[in-house]
Amino acid sequence: MFDYNFHWRPVMKSLPDLLEAASLTLQVAVLAMVLGIVIGLCLALARLHLRGPVYWFATAWVELARNTPALFQLFFFGFGLGAFGLHLSPYLIVLAGLTFNCAGYLAENFRGGFKAVPETQIRASRSLGMTPWQAYSRVVIPQVFRIVYHPITNQMVWAVLMSSLGMLVGFRELSGETQFFASRTFRIFEYFAVTAVIYYAIVKVILLSSRLMAARLFRY
Amino acid sequence: MISIRDLHKYFGALHVLKGIDLDVQKGEVLSVIGASGSGKSTLLYCINGLEAIQDGAVTVDGTDVHAKGTDINKLRQKLGMVFQQWNSFPHLTALENVALAPRIVKGKSKAEAREIAAMQLQHVGLGEKLDVYPGALSGGQQQRLAIARALAMEPEYMLFDEATSALDPELVGEVLDTMRLLADEGMTMICVTHEMGFARDVSDRVAFFHQGVMEEIGPPAQIFGDARSEHTRKFLANVR
Repeated sequence: MFDYNFHWRPVMKSLPDLLEAASLTLQVAVLAMVLGIVIGLCLALARLHLRGPVYWFATAWVELARNTPALFQLFFFGFGLGAFGLHLSPYLIVLAGLTFNCAGYLAENFRGGFKAVPETQIRASRSLGMTPWQAYSRVVIPQVFRIVYHPITNQMVWAVLMSSLGMLVGFRELSGETQFFASRTFRIFEYFAVTAVIYYAIVKVILLSSRLMAARLFRY
Repeated sequence: MISIRDLHKYFGALHVLKGIDLDVQKGEVLSVIGASGSGKSTLLYCINGLEAIQDGAVTVDGTDVHAKGTDINKLRQKLGMVFQQWNSFPHLTALENVALAPRIVKGKSKAEAREIAAMQLQHVGLGEKLDVYPGALSGGQQQRLAIARALAMEPEYMLFDEATSALDPELVGEVLDTMRLLADEGMTMICVTHEMGFARDVSDRVAFFHQGVMEEIGPPAQIFGDARSEHTRKFLANVR
C-alpha cells in the first residue's frame, strides 16, 4: 500500500536557496535569448542573402542546433571542448549550449519572418531614397519583429525549461540546486514537486508579460 | 529634364525594352499606355534606378542614373514613385508613413517631418486620418497615402506605376482626382496607366508602348484621334 510520508519542512527551509537558484536560471535563459536573437538574426540574414562559406556555416549551425538533442549540444560545450583542453565553467557551458540552440531555432523563425515581408516594401523604401540599411532597419525588421514575436516568446519559455539540463553538467541553477538538496535529504519527490511549481510560475510570468507587452507594442 | 537614350533592358534572355528614346520636360505630364508586358512599368523602374539597365542611358537633370559614381539615394529624392500595390508601411500610422523618409533620409527634425507629413496628408485629402494605421484605410486612401509619402520628399518628378490598377472601381476616381490635382499644380509626371480618360484629359503627351518599343508618342488628340501605328489603333479599339 501507499506508505510514503511527505516531509515538506526541509524543502521549505531551503526555499530561499531554491529561489536564488531560480534567479540564476532566469538570468542564464535571458542572456542566452538576447545572444540567441542577435546571432539568430545574423544567421537568418546569412542564409537569405549570402552564398559560399558564410552561408554554409550558418546552415550547419541551424541544422545541428535543430536536429540534435539539446543535451548533446550542452555536452559538446562541456565534455567536447574539455577533451581538447578547453574547460568552461558550468555557467558558461549552459550559456553557450542554450545560446547555440536558441540561435538555431530563432534563425529559422527570423528567416520565415523575412520571407513574409513582401519585397515591394523594400522597393517602396528605396524609391524614397532610403539606403538598404535604412529600409531594413526602419521598414522590414519592425514588421519581421511582429511576425516572430510569439515564436520568440515560445523560445524564451523553452530556454527557461531547457536550462534544467544544466544539472547534468554540474550547474547549480534551479534543477541543479534541487538535485543537490534532494540527494542530501532524500526528499526527492518533495523537492522536485516544489521546483516544478517554481518553473510553472516563472513561465506563467513570462507568458503574461509577453502578452501585456504585445498589446502595447502592436497597435496595428 | 528626364532624358532617355537608346535604353535596353533585359530580364535574362527576355528583351523588355528595345532602344527607348524619350525626353520629358519639366512641367510635362506624360501618360504611357500599352498592353501588359509591353515594358511600360519597367521603364519607370529604370528611370529611378530600381532596375539596372543593359545599354543606353537615363539622365535626370544631367545626372546619369546608372553611372557608377551617382548617389542614387540622393537622386531618388527628386523622383517620387507611386506603385500599383500602394506599399504603405503597415506598422506605421499614416502620419509616420509620410514622416519617415523626410526624417531619416533628409535629416529633418521629428517635429518638422511631422509637420510636412500632416501638410501632405491634408493635400491628398487624408487630413482626418493622421493617426490611422494603413490596415484601417481603403485601397484608395492607401494609394493617396502613398502619393503623400512620395510628395513629402518634395520631388521634382512623380512616377506613377499603374496607380489605380489594383483598386476597386469605385475607388479609382479619388486617386485620379489627386493625380489631376498634382498635374494642375505643375508637377512633372510620368504616368503608366490603363485609364484612357485620364491619359486623354490630363496628359500633355501620350506614349504608346508595344512589345518593348515605343511605337508612337504625341499629343492625346493625335494618339486617340489619329494614331499612325496599326498597333496603337488596335490597342485603343480593344480598351474602349
